[in-house]
Amino acid sequence: MTGTATARGMRLLRPLVTLAGLVAVWGALARWGHVPPYMLPGPDAVARALWMQRAQLAPAALTTLEETVMGLVLGIGAGSALAIGMAVCAPLRRWVMPMVLLSQAVPVFALAPLLVLWFGFGMASKVVMAVLVIFFPVTSALGDGLRQTEPGWMDLARTMGATRWRVLVHVRLPAALPSFASGVRMATAIAPIGAVVGEWVGASSGLGFLMQTANTRFQTDLMFAALAVLAAMTVLLWWGVDRALVRALYWLPRHADVD
Amino acid sequence: MHAPPAIHLEGVGLDFGAAPLFRNLDLCIGAGIITVLLGASGVGKTSLLRMLGGLVAPDYGRIVAADGQPLAGRVAWMGQQDLLLPWARATDNVMLGARLRGERPDRDRAGHLLDCVGLSAHAAALPATLSGGMRQRVALARVLYEDRPVVLMDEPFSALDSVTRARMQDLAGRMLAGRTVVLITHDPLEACRLADRMLLMSGHPARLDAIDVPAGAVPRAVDDAGVLAAQSALLRRMMQ
Repeated sequence: MTGTATARGMRLLRPLVTLAGLVAVWGALARWGHVPPYMLPGPDAVARALWMQRAQLAPAALTTLEETVMGLVLGIGAGSALAIGMAVCAPLRRWVMPMVLLSQAVPVFALAPLLVLWFGFGMASKVVMAVLVIFFPVTSALGDGLRQTEPGWMDLARTMGATRWRVLVHVRLPAALPSFASGVRMATAIAPIGAVVGEWVGASSGLGFLMQTANTRFQTDLMFAALAVLAAMTVLLWWGVDRALVRALYWLPRHADVD
Repeated sequence: MHAPPAIHLEGVGLDFGAAPLFRNLDLCIGAGIITVLLGASGVGKTSLLRMLGGLVAPDYGRIVAADGQPLAGRVAWMGQQDLLLPWARATDNVMLGARLRGERPDRDRAGHLLDCVGLSAHAAALPATLSGGMRQRVALARVLYEDRPVVLMDEPFSALDSVTRARMQDLAGRMLAGRTVVLITHDPLEACRLADRMLLMSGHPARLDAIDVPAGAVPRAVDDAGVLAAQSALLRRMMQ
């Protein structure tokens, strides 16, 4: 019992120690590295900005979080629907898959101004941006999972007189869930990037917008503070999603037992 | 369960790529008995079983039940792996067929069958928490739940240790009595314990030779003198 508790403590502690080390290097560089503060503010200046500008940072973070979560929900929904559609309907795969690949070949940065033009300065263009960046990992992960159903299960289902849809619901979809979960984890990590890129190009609120204004005003400490909030938010979101997925996929061996 | 049918293969041919696995194969698989198929790897045993199960269609000829009814829907399948769904509890794995056909799963019957294979205490267990032998017993209960007159088994016990395997043979021999069973195995002892009829498959295209089976009702005892003699004779023949 104490053994597992210690192991769990160590698992939490390790990244914190790494983080503290990086912050120390950063502090040393800012203090003794002959770098002007407008290029690299020290950790203390950023911490001060975090606290002093909290009235700006909190609503901005909320906006970005909202965009990210909406993008995740819509992107995972649409990506899953397309993956399932392509798994049950081969012509759909042949006609649509090249388009899906093409959508990934166009950098989202290049699309951002267009999307802002089409969907406005509000939340919609950022949600669309987030959907665009996470769509592909979700579709391809779930699609891979659905294509790799154990052939023995398919044989068994056929001798049992199963219909295609029931095989999909009772065998292929659950079997694809671990692969789908990797797609969702990846989507969770990159969805905020989509939202922030959208805000950077044209917005009236959000962390990306705040970073951009801070950047043009040489408020580098505020920019770093916004970045820290974004990173913390992404890590927390990822952690929450990961916990939920581990719980939902109860039949898989836990990572903790492996390492 | 309806009366188990005999199965006729009439002029069956099947190609594997460019190579002919079967040509003009005529065979009658007896009703209500266990037919054991033996033979070297790659000779086409599994392909023959898959044709019987309707999983591959023969390129030539036809496979029919002697009673004139279609075979589809009257066959239960047990593979080399247990093929249990890892997310489903033992009972739910047993009732999988009902779920896949959109029927109401009969939990009581599934529980009773798990009891018959000695797993009533593990009805709620996930497959990952069961031993290999227990998992194959769940797979056997799944076959029994289907209650089909024809049962096709592709080396179902090959992954088990010899003691567990011997126990599974006893169990399967008892539980599947009266059905038309086709069992593939590499194990001469298994063949001699379970076969009412034994066929050795060899050559390309494959030929089937009948082999004498020991006396006595199936499942025969592991230490039966006739079984042991037949086993060594069979092994010698397979080594040639």
